[in-house]
Amino acid sequence: MAKRIDAKNLDIYYGKFLAVSEVSFTIAPRSVTAFIGPSGCGKSTVLRTINRMHEVITGAHVKGDLLLDGENIYDSAIDPVEVRRTIGMVFQRPNPFPTMSIYDNVAAGLKLQSGRLKKSDLDDTVEKSLRGANLWEEVKNRLGKPGAGLSGGQQQRLCIARAIAVEPQVLLMDEPCSALDPISTLAIEDLIQSLKEKYTIVIVTHNMQQAARVSERTAFFNLAGVGKPGKLVEIDETQKIFSNPSDPRTEDYISGRFG
Amino acid sequence: MTTAAALTSTLAGASKGGLRSFKNSLATVLVSASFCVALIPLVWLLWTVVSKGLKTITTSQWWTHSQRSITFRRPGGGVSHAILGTAEQVLVCTIISVPIALLVAIFLIEYGGGALAKVTSFMVDILTGIPSIVAALFIYAVFITTLGGQRAGIYVSLALVMLMVPVIVRTTEEMLKLVPNELREASYALGVPKWKTITKIVLPTAYSGIVTGVMLGVARVAGETAPLLILVGYSPDTNSNLLSGFQGSLPGMIYSQVPQLGNKRFHYAADRLWGTALTLILIVMVLNVGARLIARRSKIAN
Ligand SMILES: Nc1ncnc2c1ncn2[C@@H]1O[C@H](COP(=O)(O)OP(=O)(O)O)[C@@H](O)[C@H]1O
Ligand SMILES: [Mg+2]
Repeated sequence: MAKRIDAKNLDIYYGKFLAVSEVSFTIAPRSVTAFIGPSGCGKSTVLRTINRMHEVITGAHVKGDLLLDGENIYDSAIDPVEVRRTIGMVFQRPNPFPTMSIYDNVAAGLKLQSGRLKKSDLDDTVEKSLRGANLWEEVKNRLGKPGAGLSGGQQQRLCIARAIAVEPQVLLMDEPCSALDPISTLAIEDLIQSLKEKYTIVIVTHNMQQAARVSERTAFFNLAGVGKPGKLVEIDETQKIFSNPSDPRTEDYISGRFG
Repeated sequence: MTTAAALTSTLAGASKGGLRSFKNSLATVLVSASFCVALIPLVWLLWTVVSKGLKTITTSQWWTHSQRSITFRRPGGGVSHAILGTAEQVLVCTIISVPIALLVAIFLIEYGGGALAKVTSFMVDILTGIPSIVAALFIYAVFITTLGGQRAGIYVSLALVMLMVPVIVRTTEEMLKLVPNELREASYALGVPKWKTITKIVLPTAYSGIVTGVMLGVARVAGETAPLLILVGYSPDTNSNLLSGFQGSLPGMIYSQVPQLGNKRFHYAADRLWGTALTLILIVMVLNVGARLIARRSKIAN
């Protein structure tokens, strides 16, 4: 069920401002790809074009093609809402729905997408998703309690459970650990390892050790200067990026000479 | 030398600190004093109304009887006709206003940005400033002069709609702005369409604030008098028909007792006036507290 992603010559705009230009890459199914680079170079922007979340912002638009298993999701016949059902997303700050219980948070996607569902099916999905997010044991006795009452790390895993409950094929994560303590970060990294058996995962991180730990391939983005568009410098095996990158700019960044 | 420098800077810090703490206490005193000054009229008003009205609203007939065949020379009678009229007029007004106001606020915040939104927002501003007597005259001109209707409670409701809608629109807008964008994005990212995101995520999150806004709207219109005088008049008798005839109402009843306010021989009308004023305040207060409780309860249940 995991899908392959091909980006072809993406130019990504906020209104007239070209934020990222000429991005092309291929991401294999059932793999973890990390996006690294200095802040402001457009990692989040590129990530959000993969599930058409970019265009939610007024004036934001994309030129170029993005293929999901060969199908262009920017084709005019494609409904962005459908794309987002196939490609789930986890945000930088945990954002459970504050009015909903833990159970309802996980069930939210299913309930809001389609109308009536059998309670038993829903129960099964909620348990499966919470187990998938390594959260079941911690919350199984308080599924009716508000999701906002959990700790930060638990909330983030709740958001992951919520995202995988709708059975997406790709999971996008935008700095999912940057608001978390080291122990919760480890829990999420372990989770990513187990999730990659079912999903294609793309993770933005500002933490290079994390990229090295969790990903198979790493994409390095860079910014030529303020006001200039961000670019994809190179994408390669993570090991190669961190030991022997082809581009000197990558090496400078990895070795901490800037950024 | 370094010690000396450190010492002077500490000393300077201490005297600066003294000045700062003095300024701090001064500010505290000023703020508390203004708070008390602002409270004086409120407490005074409440005290006047309660002390003059309490004995009337605790009489046996007050909540159950109308003012039918009661003159200023006689004690007794109650406000049941006035409560009924006001309740009907305000209820119908609320039923019409809430959906309109919510849709306008949702349009402005969730779909806003365009020229139409700017125009709409400007119109709401203008509506906010319209005096109630002008709203009443407008309804009179349209429904009674032009369309040939007879004065009736329903026209009061329509005039009140014009006063209630902007209040609810403005508070609802503020509440919708408070809903973090991250929640909308979380919902979109799950593949939930925009309208469902609004109805199932945004509105429930803003729910208690919206209820408060509606209550502010109710409080705003419940005491309006000009539309009553122009569009329905006052009847001391019970009339539950919004569609025809004079109707009792709380502000109308207060107004009807005013001519006898200075009467030295018969104080009954004045007593009833203060009793009605207290009743009006109490009803608005009970509605307010009740709505807040409901809003809080449903939030926890969720
Ligand atoms: N909502 C927005 N509106 C306008 N410009 C934006 C918006 N979000 C990001 N940008 C701009 O796009 C560029 C890339 O930002 P972003 O993708 O957030 O970078 P990163 O995630 O790598 O730190 C930056 O120049 C940023 O200022
Ligand atoms: Mg970012």
